[in-house]
Amino acid sequence: MTEFAIEAVGLTKDFGDVKALAGVDLEVATGTVFGLLGPNGAGKTTAVRILTTVLAPTGGHASVLGHDVVREAAAVRATIGLAGQYAAVDENLTGHENLRMVGRLTHHSKAFARTRATELLERFDLVDAANRPVKTYSGGMRRRLDLAASLVHRPPVLFLDEPTTGLDPRSRIELWKVIEELVREGTTVLLTTQYLEEADRLAARVSVVDHGQVIAHGTPAELKATMGSTVLALTFDEPGQAAQAAGILERSASKRPRLDGTDVELIVDGGTGVVIDALRALGDADLEPATMALREPSLDDVFLSITGHRASLDESGADGPGTAPGPDAEAAPGDPKGTAPPSTPPDAPRHVAATSRGAS
Amino acid sequence: MTATALPLPAAADPRGATDHGSRLSWIIPDTITITWRNLKAYGRNPDSIFFSSVQPIMFVILFRYVFGGAIHPPGVTYANYLMPGIYVQTLGFGVMATSIGLSEDLHKGLIERFRSLPMVDSAVLLGRTAADSVRNICVIVLLTVVGYLVGFRVLTGLLPFLAACALLLFFGWSLMWGAVIIGLTASSSETAQLMVFPLLFPLTFASSAFVPVATMPGWLQGFARNQPISAAVDATRALMIGGPTAEPVMKTLIWSCALIAVLIPLAVHRFSRIAA
Repeated sequence: MTEFAIEAVGLTKDFGDVKALAGVDLEVATGTVFGLLGPNGAGKTTAVRILTTVLAPTGGHASVLGHDVVREAAAVRATIGLAGQYAAVDENLTGHENLRMVGRLTHHSKAFARTRATELLERFDLVDAANRPVKTYSGGMRRRLDLAASLVHRPPVLFLDEPTTGLDPRSRIELWKVIEELVREGTTVLLTTQYLEEADRLAARVSVVDHGQVIAHGTPAELKATMGSTVLALTFDEPGQAAQAAGILERSASKRPRLDGTDVELIVDGGTGVVIDALRALGDADLEPATMALREPSLDDVFLSITGHRASLDESGADGPGTAPGPDAEAAPGDPKGTAPPSTPPDAPRHVAATSRGAS
Repeated sequence: MTATALPLPAAADPRGATDHGSRLSWIIPDTITITWRNLKAYGRNPDSIFFSSVQPIMFVILFRYVFGGAIHPPGVTYANYLMPGIYVQTLGFGVMATSIGLSEDLHKGLIERFRSLPMVDSAVLLGRTAADSVRNICVIVLLTVVGYLVGFRVLTGLLPFLAACALLLFFGWSLMWGAVIIGLTASSSETAQLMVFPLLFPLTFASSAFVPVATMPGWLQGFARNQPISAAVDATRALMIGGPTAEPVMKTLIWSCALIAVLIPLAVHRFSRIAA
């Protein structure tokens, strides 16, 4: 048994001139959850498609449970489950039929496929809908069925491509619970996500990807520690006031504030004292914010603190042809103010807070 | 780690289910599963089957009652002359269903799911064309009923008629592989449909399906006489209402085999290169 369930070295993938992956290394310890965190078009889906043998890499190599994803694709397929963000279930079949179909296509007996389908429908709370065509399902139900379909043959390694994108908060939390349960049973999970919160909750280790490269990796706690745990978000009536406030905060606070129109955001990692100091400095200058909020840091904040630029959402088609356009294809281009430094990612991934990888 | 309720299936042992010799033996069971799944989809959408059979029925009525009075093929009623052409035309345009089905599977992510499973890849294509051949059997039955209502009669006998049906199914299956390539190439199922039409339209109408080729201008006759739709129409006509059968049947078989020999490798290649 290898120490790592999933290993990748120097993975690259070109789609014509587009470099979807520009040399990605990954190591996922057996029995843990690994998060690939990044914006749309960062190359997350491409990486998953290569690791699940759906796509051949341009360069580098990867293995799952010791089987090479190119040379031993059949062996890899027998050990993995894949659930994607596009919920690949057959709309014309019922929930039960979908699971039976996957049971048959993973080469199990009719009897096993039937029993396993019933068992999974119970587990995923789909018994009432078992005999309804999937086209009558809600988004959350489809996603649960998709996950169930990936589990039919009890794969020891599971790939989840943005499992909760587009789900309502309640469905998201339900899905998180299921994933946690699977991990308790010993499944190794690689999941991709755009949500820091999701990676934080589920993953033991995280790699942040941008433009096809890993730009940071570590535990979620290490990632968050690089930028503080809380963001102070202020809104002013006038952009002028906001600019003035940003200037004041830049002098008084340890971190640089971020200015965007009438919004000013400041990472506060020194507890309430930092917030009080910041507000006092603004009060002294007679600047009163129209609204004020404290919030959890987002993927955007992680990106800003690691790369100096926002999670750029330029859609260069880096996740390749053959899939439906992503739900966020209309997302705004990054760095609207042009204030950030050049957005070239560093060549080597930065290991945040250099601790040993025994953290898992 | 908790104990599992059910025994671990064989697939959990990567070597057990996947050595090369056993993989080929899965091609038939996997094809059956995919065929079953495609037929379920047809069964669940009876409205789409209904509306896709409206068009051929309209063609029967159009040619039989609107144009038919002006067309006088030698030695045969127009209803008898027309119906073999209608069979071939309907099966020909029916390949759109193959393109649409595969295109939808591709764009809805199902092909991606299939490819992550330890199934035989080509079962996706074989199961699609098998299901569409079953669909063609229903089409042939429907057209025969409609044909009998407008005056068509099989003049040869049951066995030649069944031979004609088998030939139609084989010819239809060979055409489907072109539709497979289109379905895997088109950017959407609507585009796939639009791509099939201009390919089949000239083949169908510049053929012996609706009018005797001898009535066409000379430059068109060369094309009309030597293309696969005419061969299939002539063979079907000979087997259903009589006439020399050997030559058109041989021509149709040769055309079908040639299409298969060229299109299947291209389709499989296309399939293996999706999104790569």
